[in-house]
Amino acid sequence: MATDMTPPRPSDNASADAGAAAGALRGASTPLVEAHALGCERAGRLVVRGVAFALHPGESLLFSGPNGVGKSSLIRLIAGLLPVASGTLNVNVPVALSDENLALDTGLPLRDALGFWTRIDGASDLRLRAALEALDLMPLADIPVRMLSTGQRKRAMLVRVLASGAPLWLLDEPGNGLDGASLDRLGGAMTQHLAQGGAIIAASHFPLPLAFTSTLSLDGANA
Amino acid sequence: MTRWFWPLVWRDVVQAWRGGGIGMPVAFLLLVASLFPFAVGPDANLLGATGGGMLWIAALLAALLPVDRLVTPDRDAGVLDQLAVRGIPDEMIALAKLIAHWIGFGPPLMITALPAAALLKLSADTILRLEIGLAVGTPALAALGVLVASLTAGLRSSGALAGLLALPLAIPLLIFGAGSLSEGSGAAIKFLAAIALLLTALTPIAAGAALRAGRE
Repeated sequence: MATDMTPPRPSDNASADAGAAAGALRGASTPLVEAHALGCERAGRLVVRGVAFALHPGESLLFSGPNGVGKSSLIRLIAGLLPVASGTLNVNVPVALSDENLALDTGLPLRDALGFWTRIDGASDLRLRAALEALDLMPLADIPVRMLSTGQRKRAMLVRVLASGAPLWLLDEPGNGLDGASLDRLGGAMTQHLAQGGAIIAASHFPLPLAFTSTLSLDGANA
Repeated sequence: MTRWFWPLVWRDVVQAWRGGGIGMPVAFLLLVASLFPFAVGPDANLLGATGGGMLWIAALLAALLPVDRLVTPDRDAGVLDQLAVRGIPDEMIALAKLIAHWIGFGPPLMITALPAAALLKLSADTILRLEIGLAVGTPALAALGVLVASLTAGLRSSGALAGLLALPLAIPLLIFGAGSLSEGSGAAIKFLAAIALLLTALTPIAAGAALRAGRE
């Protein structure tokens, strides 16, 4: 078990110390991402605090918990889109993010809209093709993005993550809107990414088809 | 850096082209130039004397037309977030948008200024000075557009607010731009160039800070 699973509690800084100690014990390799006593502020309110974890290659972490407990905020924090309110966060590798925003040009065919991002990432077209096939979007590659359904859009956003080549995946509710077959494909893609030495941090309010190395339950006690 | 910079610029130019962001300023300038003689009368001397300044005002307003399309859609769609996740500095995003916005309206405006000037009976000398002034001044107009678009991104009725913010900042451009139209006005064009340089250099930094502050 690589990560500290202590759920965050108010007035409990022990979890941070435990995380630091665990990190020191493992010592040898630098984790892809590590956090100590991490806190996140939204609109002046501390929504999450005392989060500690460290992910090494092949490890995965799931933030679970009810709506509004701060799962997405944590993901955005790790992605560098929110300032760190307290504690420390070290992200040592490139990151790929899938959140609720499509960020694709809806007028373009799917292949071209995703192609923009593979160019930005410096990834090859082959990688994009493989990612499209992994999530069964190849048949839709020439359809304009605006014609895609909710689940297809979600898969398109996941394709961008798959094709990016970033070692650390940040997936915010990756299973939303996906049917059973697509969920299985997502599970397969995640397993493969971990097998190739990547790491995954996901946030979900329902079970995902992956045996996560560790789970951090945010229970809202800090809110 | 070039790996992602030019695709970013190119994407914005294509977006402007597809969204009508390039045709609109051109049509606007032509429309104003053809309406102006109706308003002040067909006196060639009067038109020649006032037309150049009027074209500068039209150019300024034309630059502000696509402002609500420059930043807000990308912010709402999460494009800016995805770029930030990839470690691309907000300043470079603003610079890419500045360049793309200028490509989208600067050269088309300079070309359109020719038939517009003909409609207003401007002399050949004035047209030449107008084109030189536009060549120097349009990057600053583009910078102003990107700056106010970044500042107002995510606000409601951002278009109107953008106009209110940009017009006072554009006064020096207008003074020296229109001032450079008369004969022997070398100083005015130098002042115009100085102000354009200042606006163009400051915009990526200021707009980048605005994009960063607007992230939530």
